[in-house]
Amino acid sequence: MQTIAVIDYGMGNLRSVSKAIEHVAPADRVVVTHDPGVIAAADRVVFPGQGAMPDCMREMRASGLSEAVLAAAASKPFLGICIGMQMLFAHSAEGDTPGLAILPGEVVRFAADMHGADGARLKVPHMGWNRVRQDMAHPLWRGIADHSRFYFVHSYFPVPADAQIGAGSCDYGINFTCAVARANIFGVQFHPEKSHLAGLALFSNFVAWNP
Amino acid sequence: MRRHSNMLAKRVIPCLDVTAGRVVKGINFVGLRDAGDPVEIARRYDEQGADELTFLDITASSDQRDIILGIIEQVASQVFIPLTVGGGVRKVEDVRRLLNAGADKISINTSAVQNPPLVAEASGRYGAQCIVVAIDAKQVAPGRWSVFTHGGRNDTGMDAVGWAREVERLGAGEILLTSMDRDGTRHGFDLGLTRAVADAVSVPVIASGGVGNLDHLADGVLQGRADAVLAASIFHYGEYTVGQAKARMAERGIEVRQ
Repeated sequence: MQTIAVIDYGMGNLRSVSKAIEHVAPADRVVVTHDPGVIAAADRVVFPGQGAMPDCMREMRASGLSEAVLAAAASKPFLGICIGMQMLFAHSAEGDTPGLAILPGEVVRFAADMHGADGARLKVPHMGWNRVRQDMAHPLWRGIADHSRFYFVHSYFPVPADAQIGAGSCDYGINFTCAVARANIFGVQFHPEKSHLAGLALFSNFVAWNP
Repeated sequence: MRRHSNMLAKRVIPCLDVTAGRVVKGINFVGLRDAGDPVEIARRYDEQGADELTFLDITASSDQRDIILGIIEQVASQVFIPLTVGGGVRKVEDVRRLLNAGADKISINTSAVQNPPLVAEASGRYGAQCIVVAIDAKQVAPGRWSVFTHGGRNDTGMDAVGWAREVERLGAGEILLTSMDRDGTRHGFDLGLTRAVADAVSVPVIASGGVGNLDHLADGVLQGRADAVLAASIFHYGEYTVGQAKARMAERGIEVRQ
């Protein structure tokens, strides 16, 4: 039995993430925690996030968990979700917020004046099920068809300074990076915990991943 | 105007009206018919490929409010798609309790009209992505719709399109737009209303009220320009599956998740 820590830094509901992992890993121990010791002892770490990045970074710093996250991201299978992935980057345009700078690059906003092929305005936030193109072969994509749909809800997305870490991309007005991978780190802009079978498959791959 | 590719799927959202722990459906809140156990129905729609589920707690008495929390907890541990919950949300504390039970989005209706700062406060605390404002509208003149509250009984006199713009400004991340003229009639969405609101705001709009067949869903997207379509009775009694709805929408050229 392995332990999977879901990091709780006070930014809302983590029930969906923990339930989805429990669903695919019934024999494992899934703990929602704000204890640096538990995070350090865990076999795998999931770093979720929702809402606004300035709020998430503020709560991260207030909770004193930044060091635990940095240590986990340097040493064990690590999955960042939505704002959790955005915080891995050096900077976000949302509130001009510095991130944890584990990955090089920045997080930027969708343009306000995007229009679809039919002339209709593309709404922001980008909310709903969109296709994800797998830009690299990766164990976390195993068994998931290329161009599968995942559930997104966001207004900002990452622009990695290193194109080599782009693991997946999506079209919404522009082609943007929606999954990143480097060594033991995988990050997704979409919500696997809300993405039905494709999302559950990604979690299932994560709990079996040995980078 | 620059035009871009857009593969984002239009969403099909079954709606479950819940009271006393059961899913019901009536016409204009009259003649409620029992449609079954909410957890069982949620699982069925999930298997059929629903893109999201919306639960509206229509319980009249406040002492039964906690029943919905237990239902959402059960659904959220078995169904891994977005869940929206509305009905009786009056305080930020109500929003917090529903989110903690496993809801992804909270729908605010009457309280948004009575207390607009609630929308701003809830959105500021939990993010616009989880705050839906539900607008119940009735046509009062050609091209003009008024906002109603309390399940369609009270006319606020406010213009529905103007109110939609206002709730977007307050921080609503999505608008659930119901035509009270069409709700329960099975004559199709009020497409004029849907289009007027969808064109007026930059957040997604869910069309609701009046779906009687699968072409109505496609019309809501193609003519109403809705980002998502919501229906209850056509799915509850086994008349159509969510899969059939998406197949029909795809036949009419709409991008859907299949």
